[in-house]
Amino acid sequence: MTVVDAIAAVLLLAGAGLAVIAGIGLVRFDGLFARMHAATKPATLGLTLVFLGTMLRVESADAVAKLVLVLALQFVTAPIGAHLVGRAAYQRGAAATATDGVDDLADRDRESPPTA
Amino acid sequence: MTAVTTITLGGLAVAAALCMVRLLRSDTIADRIVALDALLVVVGAGIAVGAARTGDGTYLDVLVVASLLGFVGTVTVARFIERRGT
Repeated sequence: MTVVDAIAAVLLLAGAGLAVIAGIGLVRFDGLFARMHAATKPATLGLTLVFLGTMLRVESADAVAKLVLVLALQFVTAPIGAHLVGRAAYQRGAAATATDGVDDLADRDRESPPTA
Repeated sequence: MTAVTTITLGGLAVAAALCMVRLLRSDTIADRIVALDALLVVVGAGIAVGAARTGDGTYLDVLVVASLLGFVGTVTVARFIERRGT
């Protein structure tokens, strides 16, 4: 096992460990927002670690390019998706149970549901 | 290296199983879409680990398509929740 292989192994194992931690958080946390907090860690950091480990192992440059492309897409789309899910759940009253009734957005005007 | 990727795939399998538990036990659509998102990330990481195991990047095309489709699905379900509820 070369030095590059060792680094790749550490990165892969770290990424998988983050995924396991997120799975435990998904099962054990109460409330949607706490679960989203747990689930979004491997979506960016965990995937980055695994992909970096894979980049060190694959030979061809186009495979590395595909990994970079997926990583870039993930970094753009993951926050957008999480934001949309969180907003939709908030508008449906998820915050009331998730935060023991504390709702810092309550006195703001509720955004009307999208019409499009 | 094969042993490392085997352990990694095992960890990812555990994570996927935990995501499935949340997927099956949750009572709102929002919970389920969060669990499905996490499951897709785990599957994507598994495909990448498979490429690292063999050194062959053929299946990485699947990753590009799957991540884009996953995003479209998340947005669709989020908008569905906003209109229809829970």
